[in-house]
Amino acid sequence: MASRAANRGALHEGFLRHNGFRWLKIASVLCITALAAYLLVDAEPRPNGGTAVGYALGTIGALLILWLTMLGLRKRVISRGRYSLKAWTSAHVYLGLSLITIVTLHTGFQLGWNVHTLAYALMMIVVLSGIWGVIAYGTLPRTLSANRGEATQGQMLEGLRLLDRQLHDAAQPLLPRQSEMVRESLENCSVGGGLYARLTGRHRRCGNARALTAVKAELRAGRPDPGQRLSLIVSLLERKEAALGQARRHIRTRALLEVWLYIHVPATFALIAALTAHIVSVFYYW
Amino acid sequence: MSESFRVAIIGSGPAGLSAAAHAAKLGLRHVLIEKTDHLSDTIFRYQRGKHVMATPSQLVLRSDVAFDAGKREAVLGRWDEDARSAGVNLLLNTEVKAIAGAAGAFTLTLSGGKTIQAETVVLAIGTQGNPNTMRCEGGNSPWVQYSLDDPAEYVDEHIIVIGAGDAGIENAIGLAADPEQRNTVTILNRSADFARAKDANVKGLNAARDAGRLSILLESSPTKIEPGFMTVETRDGEARLPCNRVIARMGSSPPRKFIESCGVQFSSDDREAFPTLSPTFESTTPGLYVIGALAGYPLIKHCMNQGYDVIEFIAGNIALKPADEPILEKKLTGLPGRRSVAEWLDFLRERVEILNDLSPLQMREFLLDSDVRAYARGEVVFQRNDAGSSLFGIAAGSVLVEVSATDPSITVPIAQGSIFGEVGLISGRRRGATIRAAEDCILVEVSRLAALKLMASVPAAKRAINRITTERLLLQMFGSGLRKEDLGPLVASAEVMTVRKGDCIIKEGEEGSDIFAIRSGSMVIEKLIGGKPVFLSYLPAGSYVGEMALIDNSRRTATVRAAIKSDVIKLDGNAFRWLLSVQPELLAKAKRDMAARRDLNGFIESKKDSFGGVIDLYSSVATFLVEQGVGEATDVLLIDETLCVGCDNCEKACADSHDGLSRLDREAGRTYAHLHVPTSCRHCEHPHCMADCPPNAIHRGPDGEVFIDDSCIGCGNCERNCPYGVIRMDKVPPKKPSLLSWLTLGLGPGPGEPSKAWSYKHAKSAEAPKKAIKCDMCAGQSGGPACVRACPTGAAIRVSPEDFLSIALLDRSGG
Repeated sequence: MASRAANRGALHEGFLRHNGFRWLKIASVLCITALAAYLLVDAEPRPNGGTAVGYALGTIGALLILWLTMLGLRKRVISRGRYSLKAWTSAHVYLGLSLITIVTLHTGFQLGWNVHTLAYALMMIVVLSGIWGVIAYGTLPRTLSANRGEATQGQMLEGLRLLDRQLHDAAQPLLPRQSEMVRESLENCSVGGGLYARLTGRHRRCGNARALTAVKAELRAGRPDPGQRLSLIVSLLERKEAALGQARRHIRTRALLEVWLYIHVPATFALIAALTAHIVSVFYYW
Repeated sequence: MSESFRVAIIGSGPAGLSAAAHAAKLGLRHVLIEKTDHLSDTIFRYQRGKHVMATPSQLVLRSDVAFDAGKREAVLGRWDEDARSAGVNLLLNTEVKAIAGAAGAFTLTLSGGKTIQAETVVLAIGTQGNPNTMRCEGGNSPWVQYSLDDPAEYVDEHIIVIGAGDAGIENAIGLAADPEQRNTVTILNRSADFARAKDANVKGLNAARDAGRLSILLESSPTKIEPGFMTVETRDGEARLPCNRVIARMGSSPPRKFIESCGVQFSSDDREAFPTLSPTFESTTPGLYVIGALAGYPLIKHCMNQGYDVIEFIAGNIALKPADEPILEKKLTGLPGRRSVAEWLDFLRERVEILNDLSPLQMREFLLDSDVRAYARGEVVFQRNDAGSSLFGIAAGSVLVEVSATDPSITVPIAQGSIFGEVGLISGRRRGATIRAAEDCILVEVSRLAALKLMASVPAAKRAINRITTERLLLQMFGSGLRKEDLGPLVASAEVMTVRKGDCIIKEGEEGSDIFAIRSGSMVIEKLIGGKPVFLSYLPAGSYVGEMALIDNSRRTATVRAAIKSDVIKLDGNAFRWLLSVQPELLAKAKRDMAARRDLNGFIESKKDSFGGVIDLYSSVATFLVEQGVGEATDVLLIDETLCVGCDNCEKACADSHDGLSRLDREAGRTYAHLHVPTSCRHCEHPHCMADCPPNAIHRGPDGEVFIDDSCIGCGNCERNCPYGVIRMDKVPPKKPSLLSWLTLGLGPGPGEPSKAWSYKHAKSAEAPKKAIKCDMCAGQSGGPACVRACPTGAAIRVSPEDFLSIALLDRSGG
C-alpha cells in the first residue's frame, strides 16, 4: 500500500514539486558550482566575463537562455514520444532562476551603460516576470476554480445573454424614461473591456450598476409600479449584477494568469537580440 | 375472388424492396405491400440530407436494386427509380392486419378489409414498429403528424408537440430554435417530469422555456383536436389552446406481437430475441419467411442481399450460397483440416458446448463476428493483465491456465468443449491469468458483442456461461490451490443478484454471514463514524466482501453499497465456513486480506480523531467521484484545479494528436473540492456506447481503451447512449498549415482545434459525413495520453478508480 501511495503521489505533484524537486536540486548544484568556481579561481586582474571562468559561465548562460526559450515551442508541438511538459516547466522555472546566479557571476559585477548591461537587464526583467508568473500560477488557480464553481466561461456569457433577453422583454411595458434606464444596462455594459478593467475587474460607469441605482431610485420615489414591473426589473438587474461579478472575476483571474507573459515573452525576444549584439561585439573587439 | 400471388412481400425497406425487385426479375407473381405512401419509411424518416453509409465494406452487394453510400435523398431517389424500372408490383398505403393459412395458401387481410392470397409470404417490416397514435377525438386529423422532417419548414404556426421522450423534446427545441420562424411551440407531457429523456435534452428544453421560446405543459393530456384548437386536460382543469399542427412522438409498439400472431416463434422471451429461422430464412411457419432488421440484420447491405436470397430460395434455388460465404471462407482458410464452410460450422457447433443449440443461420451470423484460430502447443493465447473482453471456446485440443502470477509452472487445464476468457467478458476488467495451448488446438474467439447476442438468444448458452463464470471467479478470487471440485457446495449455494446503484448488500451492525463476490460493477465500503458515513474503500469487480463478520463471528462492521449497477454472487456463509474449515490455506489467505482491510479501517479511524476535517474531505471527495461515474470507469481524466491555469493545452494537444478534433472539454463537468472531472471518456467497464452500434465499430483496445474504428456509420447512437456526454458527432477538419508557418507567417489557425468558420472556409469537399469521435487514450502513440503529457503544471492526471479511491486520496486531502 505504501509503495502505491508513493507512486500516486508522484502523479499528483505540481510542476514545482516535480519528481521530488529534481530540477531545484540540479539548479542548486549548478549555482553552487558556479559560485565555487568564481570564488576559488583567482582571476587576474579581477573577475569578469573575459576570464576562463567568465567565458564558461557566459556560455552556460547563453545556452540556457536559448534552451529556456524552446519551452514556447515544446508547448505547441504535440509530438509523439515520452515527454512531459510538466517536467519541462519545472526545469524551465528552476534553471531560469539559476540564471540570476550564473549570469551575475559572469558579469563579475561590472555593470555600465552599454549593450552588455542591456542584455543583463533584459534578462533580469525576463526572470523577474517569470517569478511573477510562478507566483500567479501558484496562487490564482484556486481563485479561478472557486469563482467559476462548475460554470464554464461560455455558460457565464450565455447566462448574461439570457438575463439580457429577459430584461428586454420585461422592460417593454415601461414608460420611455424608465426603459431608457434599462437600456443603459443592455447597451453600456461589458464583461471584459480594456486592459485596466480586465486586470482590476473594476468597471466604472458600468451600465448595469447605473441602471440598478436609477430603477431603485424610481421605486423609492414611490412611482406607480403596475404589475410590479419595476420590482421584477430590479431583481433581474440584481441577478445580472451578480452574474457580471462572477464573469468579471473570471476574466480578471484569467487576465492575471496571462498578463505577465506579455512582459516575459517580448522581453525574451529583446534579450535574444541584445544577447546576440553582446556576443558579436565581444568577439569583434577581442 | 381475391387476387393471388406467388409471393407477398410485406414492408418496402431495403430488404423488402430488394426481394420485390428480384421477384419481378424472375417473373414471379408478386406484390410489395407498404403501409405508408412511400418506399422505405425508416430511411425516409432520416433527417434531411443525412449521409447513408454502406457498411460492411467487405460485403458484396447482391441485389437488383442499386445502393451506394450517399445522401438520403439520392439513395431514396435511386430506389424509387429502380423499383419502377424493375416493374415491382407495389401496393402503397396498405397495412397487413392478419396473416392466416399455411404454405401454398396464405390469406392476408389488408387494411380496408380487402384480402389477398399468397403461396409464400416474406416479412420484411423492420423493427421500427408502428408509432403510437393519438386516440382522442380528432386524432386522425390531417394536421396530426408522427414525424418531423425539417423543423425549418414551419412558420407562423401554433404547434403542440406531444410526448416527452427525446424525440419529442428534440422536435420542440428544433421548432422553437429560430425566433424568425415565429412559431408558438408547446410541449405536452402526461407526467410531472421528463424521466425518459436524456439529461442534456431536458436541460435544453428548460433553457428554451426560460428564454421564453416555448412553453411546457406538465401533467396534461389532449382530449380533443379540432381545426385551429386543441383541448387539453391539465392538472387545473381543461384548457383550449390555439393549435395548427400536432406533432405526436409517443413512442412506438414493437412489431413482435403481430409477428407472433402469424405463428412465428422467437428464439427466447428476451426482449432482444429474434425469430427462429432456417438457413433459408424460413420461420417456424413453413412458407413464411423473415428477412432484414427483424431477422437480426440491421445493416442495409445485409438486408438487400437477404431480399435477393430469399426470392432465390422461394424460386427453388436452395443451393445458393449466402453472400457472406466468401467472408467466412476467408476467415476459415489456413486452418488445419480442409473443411468446407458448412463443415466448419457444424464442427464448431458440435464441439463447443455453448454453441450446441444454435441454428445454422445463427451459427453463420455468429461466425461473422468471431474468429477461428489454430494454436500450436505452448503458444500463448493471452497474457495476464492484457485488456480484452472476448470469450474463447475450445473446439479441439485443450489449454492451460497459469494461475500463479509468479510461477508459470502452476497451471490448471481447461478441456475441449469448454470456454475461457469469460471473466473479461462479464466484468470488463483485464485478463486475470495467462492462457497457453496445452496441445495443438483450435479455438474460436467470440467478440463481446457476439457473446452477448449469443447469451440473449440461446438460454442454454447463457446458463453454461453463468455457471462457469461463478466457478472461475471463485477460483481466481480465493486462489490458494483450490480446485473446481472443492467448490461444489459453495457453487450450488451461489445466487446471482443484480444490485441497483446505491443499494446496500451489507448493512453495518446487522447480523449475517453471507459472502458476496462482485461479478461486474463495483462497490464502496462505508462506515458510520461520529454519526456520518465515511468512505472506507472501493471494491472493483473480482473482489469479495463479507468474510470479516463470518471469520470473527461478529456483526457487519461496515456498509457495502453499489457504486454502479452491479452483479454480485451471493454465497452461503455456512458453505463458505465449511470450505474454510477444510482448506486451511484459504483461511490463512482470508485472514491476510482481512488484516489489510482492518488496518485501513484503523488508520481512517485514528486519523478521524486527530484531524476530522481531513477525513470528511477524503470521504466527501470519494463520494463525489463515485457519483460522477468513476465507479464504472477503468481510466478517468481528473484535473486538479489548484494547479490548472486554464491554458487549455490539454484540449489543444488532444486535437493536434487526433485529426484536429478535441475529444475532451476541460472546462465542462463537475468539480468538488478543486477536483474537476472534465467531460472526457472514462472507458467504462461496460461501455454504454457499445450497447447499440449497428456496424459494431466500438471496441476495447489492447490498453483497455474504448475506441471507435473507421466503420462508424455516423448514426449517433453512441452519442445518445453515453451518460457522460463525452462522444460528439463531427467531421474531420481540413489539414492545417504547419506550426512553423503559423509561428513565422501567421498562417492557419494555430495549435488546437480549428474554429468551425476556418474549417468551413477551407473544406475541400462539402460532403464529409459526420462520425462519432471520442477519446481513445492516445492508443498507439508512445508516451501515453497527450492531454497529460501536454499539461504544463501537472494538473491533468489519468487514474484508475481502484488506485485513486484509496489512501492516495487521503494524502491529497491532507496535503
